[in-house]
Amino acid sequence: MILAMLSEAWMAMWANRLRTILTMLGMVIGVAAVIIMLAIGQGAQQQVQASIASMGSNLFIILSGSTTSGGLRLGGGATPTLTVADAQSLEELPSLAAVAPSSPGTAQLVYGPNNWSTQVIGTTPSFLLVRDWQLASGSAFTDSDIRAATRVALLGQTVAHNLFGDVDPVEKTIRIKNSPYLVLGVLAAKGQSLDGRDQDDTVLVPVTTAQSKLFGTQFAGTVRFIMAQAVSAEAMPVAEKAITELLRQRHRIRDGAENDFSIRNLTAMANTAAETAQVMSLMLGAIASISLLVGGIGIMNIMLVSVTERTREIGIRMAIGARSQDILLQFLLEAIIISVIGCLIGVLLGVGGALLVSQLSGMSVVISISPIIMSFAVAAAVGIFFGWYPARKASMLRPIEALRYQ
Amino acid sequence: MHNAVIRIERLYKEYVTDAGTVPVLKDVTITVMPGEFVAIMGASGSGKSTLMNILGCLDVATSGNYFLNGRDVNRLDGDELALLRNQVIGFVFQGFNLLPRANLEENVALPLIYRGVSRDQRLLQAKEMLQKVGLGKHNRSRPNQISGGQQQRVAIARALVNQPKLLLADEPTGNLDTHTSHEIMTLFSELNQRDGITIVLITHEADIAAYANRLVRLADGQVIYDGPVANAADEHKEQAA
Repeated sequence: MILAMLSEAWMAMWANRLRTILTMLGMVIGVAAVIIMLAIGQGAQQQVQASIASMGSNLFIILSGSTTSGGLRLGGGATPTLTVADAQSLEELPSLAAVAPSSPGTAQLVYGPNNWSTQVIGTTPSFLLVRDWQLASGSAFTDSDIRAATRVALLGQTVAHNLFGDVDPVEKTIRIKNSPYLVLGVLAAKGQSLDGRDQDDTVLVPVTTAQSKLFGTQFAGTVRFIMAQAVSAEAMPVAEKAITELLRQRHRIRDGAENDFSIRNLTAMANTAAETAQVMSLMLGAIASISLLVGGIGIMNIMLVSVTERTREIGIRMAIGARSQDILLQFLLEAIIISVIGCLIGVLLGVGGALLVSQLSGMSVVISISPIIMSFAVAAAVGIFFGWYPARKASMLRPIEALRYQ
Repeated sequence: MHNAVIRIERLYKEYVTDAGTVPVLKDVTITVMPGEFVAIMGASGSGKSTLMNILGCLDVATSGNYFLNGRDVNRLDGDELALLRNQVIGFVFQGFNLLPRANLEENVALPLIYRGVSRDQRLLQAKEMLQKVGLGKHNRSRPNQISGGQQQRVAIARALVNQPKLLLADEPTGNLDTHTSHEIMTLFSELNQRDGITIVLITHEADIAAYANRLVRLADGQVIYDGPVANAADEHKEQAA
């Protein structure tokens, strides 16, 4: 029965090929738009997530804080209050996985005829853990390098490329501020940070070396900031509290007095960025869905015309024994066939279009199966929803009036 | 009288228009037994088409009883009426009413779709029916590729494909030339005499009505004559004289 109805519906659609194709086109464009937009949106979302991951996860940055001296308030980080010893005691906190003190500065690097000015960070081996940073070649410096303040360095990809070109930098000696440093290893590429900085344009040296030999410090052992990684995202509030308590205690800050350090939760910032990307993706999807709706209304429009045009045919069918549900089914099937075939073509076009967009513009796109399944479901629903009224109208015709219709 | 194909009793039909209620059928009582060949005649506006539509379960009477094949039509719902139209009645129209985009076989097979017959079986039965009405050859043509007489044969084949008890024909020769009309009427006579199918047909031509063996004449919604065709012709002459 349903098979016969399908072939009847197909016959009617075939008889009005051009109209059927044009109606389908509305559906095709709607579905293709949804798929392309979601692919682009998800691509952007993934990109944001990748750069968040490159920063390291569950991250705190502890900055030496603003201090008030003689009524003059100085900005954050103005007074170096944090020390390597602070970092070492923070490592004892159970809620923290790794802690890395950091003393950044800028220095000129020289290797052979090449030279390059870059950021040099004095830190500990934990830095690589905290930032989730792998080595591309060579090895990292160790705690004994920290204790002995040896002149060793790890190069970021950009630095390695600018100083060495295609030469392998490992075991070569470079000069930083005219002192020789042995290159122990090269860091893996990390790409851009969220704010667009090149994360690979950096050099790591032991924190003690930076303090005593490279930049010097105002007070012995102080660092500009400490990076700390919580054991998990859930542990972050606990960790933040523990860090505050421990540092207040170590810095002998009386109750009621302001902290002489500040803690920044990088994950919260990253989450905001991720949410923004997600909202973007949803917006794109919503705008595209409107075209799907318009496609559905197109189907309804054509089905209404079709019912009017075929009133006589409906009368004939009723006179030879079609029940109203048979007529309903026939017109509903036509609407569903149009929307489902339109959806199929739309999916193909959408996937092709998304790939084309990524080829032409270099935007990253993500084609996942769920929007495809979703648009199929929506297309079938649109077919039923917008086909229902015209089909119902056809089935409610009185046979005698339908037959008399000219 | 219990095995009558059609039994209508005291049938009234009124149309409600802006100008008021217009009576179309007034107190019509007719019984048709199996195997009868009845012609209904009357001037335009006499109510014969309305009567035909009620007989065909396409329209309902305002009051009165209608028993089709022993079933009280007034008590049936839309689906049951559709079933009657599908299996008990075969319809032949003046304008043929074939589906233009379907070929002849598909047109004839159409009523079988609503009985849930399989596609192969449908086309097989359609072929047989087309042969029966003298159209064995161009089964795959479209209705617009054949003559009017041939189209009416296709319509008759479609009406017969479900082996109905009753064939209703509403001016089946109205759109045909004289020669073709007589061919179609010969086909009706054969179906009536050879296959025993009960036929009720509407016409306004006396020579078409002459193929029937009973005549019902309507005027102003009332039966003014019900009897053999031959007597009617005599009566006609008397009136003329």
